[in-house]
Amino acid sequence: MSTTVDDMSRRIGAMSSAELAGGRESRVTVGDVTCANPRMVCRDVDVFYGSTQAIKGVSLDIGKNEVVSMIGPSGCGKSTFLRCLNRMNDTIDGCRVTGSIKLDGQDIYDKGLDPVPLRAQVGMVFQKPNPFPKSIYENVAYGPRIHGLTNSKAELDEVIEGSLQKAGLWNEVKDRLDKPGTGLSGGQQQRLCIARTIAVSPEVILMDEPCSALDPIATAIIEELIDELRANYSIAIVTHSMQQAARVSQRTAYFHLGDLIEVGETNQIFTNPKHRLTEDYITGRFG
Amino acid sequence: MSNSQAAGAPPKRTIDVVNASLKRRYARERRFRLVGLAAVILGLTFVGLLFADIIAKGHTAFVQTYIQLPVTFEAQTLDPAGTRDPETLAGANYQAVIRDALRSEFPQVTERRATRALASMISVGAPSHLRDMVLANPDLIGTTREVWLLADDDIDMLMKGHIDRNLPESERRVKDQTVAWVEQLESRGRIEKRFNTIFFTTGTSREPELAGIAGALMGSFYTLVLTLLISFPIGVGAALYLEEFAPKNRWTDLIEVNINNLAAVPSIVFGLLGLAVFISIFGVPRSTPLVAALVLSLMTLPTIIIASRAALKSVPPSIREAALGVGASPLQTQMHHVLPLAMPGMLTGTIIGMAQALGETAPLLMIGMIAFIVDIPSGFTSPTTVLPVQIFLWADSPERAFVERTSAAIMVLLAFLILMNLGAVLLRRRFERRW
Ligand SMILES: Nc1ncnc2c1ncn2[C@@H]1O[C@H](COP(=O)(O)OP(=O)(O)O)[C@@H](O)[C@H]1O
Ligand SMILES: [Mg+2]
Repeated sequence: MSTTVDDMSRRIGAMSSAELAGGRESRVTVGDVTCANPRMVCRDVDVFYGSTQAIKGVSLDIGKNEVVSMIGPSGCGKSTFLRCLNRMNDTIDGCRVTGSIKLDGQDIYDKGLDPVPLRAQVGMVFQKPNPFPKSIYENVAYGPRIHGLTNSKAELDEVIEGSLQKAGLWNEVKDRLDKPGTGLSGGQQQRLCIARTIAVSPEVILMDEPCSALDPIATAIIEELIDELRANYSIAIVTHSMQQAARVSQRTAYFHLGDLIEVGETNQIFTNPKHRLTEDYITGRFG
Repeated sequence: MSNSQAAGAPPKRTIDVVNASLKRRYARERRFRLVGLAAVILGLTFVGLLFADIIAKGHTAFVQTYIQLPVTFEAQTLDPAGTRDPETLAGANYQAVIRDALRSEFPQVTERRATRALASMISVGAPSHLRDMVLANPDLIGTTREVWLLADDDIDMLMKGHIDRNLPESERRVKDQTVAWVEQLESRGRIEKRFNTIFFTTGTSREPELAGIAGALMGSFYTLVLTLLISFPIGVGAALYLEEFAPKNRWTDLIEVNINNLAAVPSIVFGLLGLAVFISIFGVPRSTPLVAALVLSLMTLPTIIIASRAALKSVPPSIREAALGVGASPLQTQMHHVLPLAMPGMLTGTIIGMAQALGETAPLLMIGMIAFIVDIPSGFTSPTTVLPVQIFLWADSPERAFVERTSAAIMVLLAFLILMNLGAVLLRRRFERRW
């Protein structure tokens, strides 16, 4: 933590000659990017903001019923990569994505593919809890409503109760479903956002630092929740807390300045990192 | 200072330095607050003076002088054939009825010139008032009734003290003789000021005592409704498209610059444009609420677009992300989430634009609203005038009685502006209560 930026760039500079023969462009990810039972398959993904490249040739699989965590110093492109997975980057002017990202074998950047239903399949939970300024009920009901997932009020009620229960919020809010979602505490709001996401029954859930705005108790509740959600969903989570990555994920990917440096079993990454940069980061020498 | 330190003086503590400058800082703060307060007081004083002046000049317009006369509805004059045919009754000589009533009230006045002066005390609108009475109730014929008849504007001015009775006769519009008659009527309790319903129920007139605000008011109402219907959807739609959907490129930049420029174009230019395009090319009838609304919409659109875009910009992006994240289409995101949150700001901008439109005069003069139109408009395509133009026209009239009517019309206009702003505040509240 006490390492200066200067220090860090010297370290990288030293590395680019010693460890990365051929320069940064040809840097290969250490470890196995594939997994046995993949749901999403990303190959050679580049992301550009205008002319600057934020993600450089990243390949990574996200398996069924697993939690993949993405760690790395801030600004290394974790959010950018995550937002590629449900094409949220489409909304940013000048953002360009190349390479291939497949969901169950279907290229999501295919010309004819509509990002709207994609986002129903690949849901997202954001860094700052962002409930709609509507009632708790309406927050969760919104997704099923616009997609026409339910046929009756009773069915919708059922979906809402189920989603809130899975998000571990039901007992706290069942008596005040008509109260504004923005009136909940930060942790409750974030669980409400998770309930809103799972109400449309996605296959993959993307979480971008979902606990960074929460206190430790709320964080613990959400981490527990993520572990339970794994039974039904694939989850990709960006986190700045290595402890969190260690607690919730099965595999961990370490990003650095737009490169995916190392991927592996979470256990292995934290106990026995193969790459110098990964080791420096997890031992707290920088980041 | 470095010298004194070198000489061994103890180093100054931060708190002493801070304390030393504190007084100066507080003084500056006080000065700033005083200047601000003075500015507010100055502003309020001017507004107060303006209002006081307008009310002082205008409040007398809400009452009007009436003269009570024993009117005999002579069958001989009104319906010689006794058929009670409405056409005959409508065309009868009510002037004569009034002349007779005056003669019975002032039997001593016989000389021709004096009789005519006596008759001129009653408004030229009085005969039609009697006609309406008879048409509504033909049984009046043959009876004598005490009727309050509208007085001429000179008598009204005299009663309201706008014509000084102590001035020498040669410098006064009303002759000594007439003043004496008025004083006679006063002593008999046959002249009094009553609430001026005419002002609120009729269109304008060459005769001040018959001139009302209703025509201009309805004209303004139709014009504003149409302006709102045209400019609000277009303005909000344009803002939404530019802010949320349009690609950011040179063309949208150009459009943006142009919209900002349009907001600064003098309003009379829009009037000329309206004359050249709407009236000359498209043949929209002139002097109508329709053409006025088209011109005023052009004028208020930039205001609405700019305010709406600012309102859209202030909606937190996290709401958009949330909606897109559960799979809402861009349009759904806008309609369900962004627009409702931006609505208060959009409405404020729109009301400001509408208030501008309500008070606008110059461009309307260009499109024929200056015409002298007595009728109260009955729709979007009937010729009319509007409040500010009516104020302009009355302010330009030589009669003393139009001065108070001008001020009264300004009061009505201000009342409407206040109502509209109040409406804006209420609407904001309503929308903002949704958390
Ligand atoms: N909308 C954007 N426009 C331009 N550059 C961006 C944008 N968002 C992120 N970046 C840049 O992309 C890089 C990666 O950002 P990000 O993915 O947010 O990093 P992380 O989430 O790992 O902190 C950063 O250098 C950042 O400045
Ligand atoms: Mg981030």
